[in-house]
Amino acid sequence: MPACWREQRLFRGSEPSSSAAGVRQSTLSPGPAEPNLRYELPDASNAYAIAQGKRLFSWYNCVGCHAHGGGGMGPPLMDAKWIYGSDPEEIFATIVEGRPNGMPSFRGRIPPEQVWQIVAYVLSLSGNVRMDAAPGRTDEMQIQKPENMRHRAVPQPAPGAHP
Amino acid sequence: MSWPAALDPAGVQSARIAALWWWFFGVAVVVWTLVTVMTLVPALQRRRRASLPLMPGGEPFLGSPSGSQPGEPLVIAPLVPHDAARERRLLVVVTSLGVLTTLILVGLLIASVGTGRALTSEFGKEALEVDVTGHQFWWEVTYPNDTPALQVATANEIHVPVGKTVRVKLQATDVIHSFWVPRLHGKTDLIPGRTTWMWLRADRPGVYVGQCAEFCGYQHAHMAFLVVAEESGRFAAWLGNQRAPASIPTTPAQTRGQEVFLHNPCVMCHNIRGTIAGGAQAPDLTHVGSRLTLAAGTLPNRLGHLAGWVMDAQGIKPGSNMPTNRLSGADLQALLAYLRSLT
Repeated sequence: MPACWREQRLFRGSEPSSSAAGVRQSTLSPGPAEPNLRYELPDASNAYAIAQGKRLFSWYNCVGCHAHGGGGMGPPLMDAKWIYGSDPEEIFATIVEGRPNGMPSFRGRIPPEQVWQIVAYVLSLSGNVRMDAAPGRTDEMQIQKPENMRHRAVPQPAPGAHP
Repeated sequence: MSWPAALDPAGVQSARIAALWWWFFGVAVVVWTLVTVMTLVPALQRRRRASLPLMPGGEPFLGSPSGSQPGEPLVIAPLVPHDAARERRLLVVVTSLGVLTTLILVGLLIASVGTGRALTSEFGKEALEVDVTGHQFWWEVTYPNDTPALQVATANEIHVPVGKTVRVKLQATDVIHSFWVPRLHGKTDLIPGRTTWMWLRADRPGVYVGQCAEFCGYQHAHMAFLVVAEESGRFAAWLGNQRAPASIPTTPAQTRGQEVFLHNPCVMCHNIRGTIAGGAQAPDLTHVGSRLTLAAGTLPNRLGHLAGWVMDAQGIKPGSNMPTNRLSGADLQALLAYLRSLT
């Protein structure tokens, strides 16, 4: 991917930010078939967006429960097990809606374009973004290889998840 | 027309720096004029024919290559005849000019070193301490105190009493910045992981503009701050006001504005002492209404600019960490009323 696209600074956020209200969690719907809505998250191939997600992950204190991917009070984010699904829309819903067992709802507190940046960063913790877009170093104590050197932890399907 | 800031000193260190600059300027002007004259005058002089050597036939020798006939030896003849007395004079002149140049340079070196030492003349004196932490792209300013209730936190504006030494502690959270108030001192870097110090003394009351002097990212050019030097009574009044918690909303609009603040992304990053907003990532807004500028010197602190900053910060300062916000018109007006009441 050309570096000019990968490094583009989209300061007002990329495309899905306006579709925050339209995030679906299933591709099934009655009536005519909806186009496949499992889209490629644009932010997942934008290095600036993932870097911003990394900053916001600390700023908004995600590290308070999830540490830097290793988990603690909250589940780890760098492994292959996704309780509530690993699709970008599902991670978006996790952050915005909150989840049972302690995940807070950040609706109204984190603007949608920033949520997508955090979604992209969360995917990078398990190596599920392009290697050339993932961050290459961290300012905190290193717990394992930087995000761009992690082997992809293929997400196990969550129980009951849509195909 | 006013002088550039660095040549209009208002503090002891910048006065020494400006003096050194003028010495260098004076010496450079004199030397440059001499060198130019001594280069142009001989170059423009017409060579008189009488001083040229003559060929056997009587015509002047202008320097043609010999050895053009086979067997003829190659002779390189000088255009100017050998004149021993003139050679000696030239030797004396050039040597003495060389010695003079060396002496001038050594003199300038001594002046430089002396100025460098004078810049630390305020070290060790009884000083007011101000802690400045550089962020991308704003300046966090705190006035430490052993009593926590007397500590002050503000942003992008430093108030100091006139004539008193101020010890500035410089730290950075992300990348290297540099603290530069040209009318008061030179530049000192703020380096992450390290603490640097600077001693200032403003000798005249006034508002002095400072800026970041080390490229730190997208909005390095919009990372300015103000140093406000005022006489001790006014400084003490300002500090006392800053120590107080935020004003309590009095009108319905301000009350609604405080609710808007606490129920929107503002509360995630900003701090208003006296409310539950305790964010540590963004400028302290406890007394934002009384500041002179917004967004690190980018905008004047007026209603329209504040509205634009809240709603579309990325349009004004793209790459800063302030997000764009979505507020209804009524919510925005209430929020503005509240923020402007925080004096």
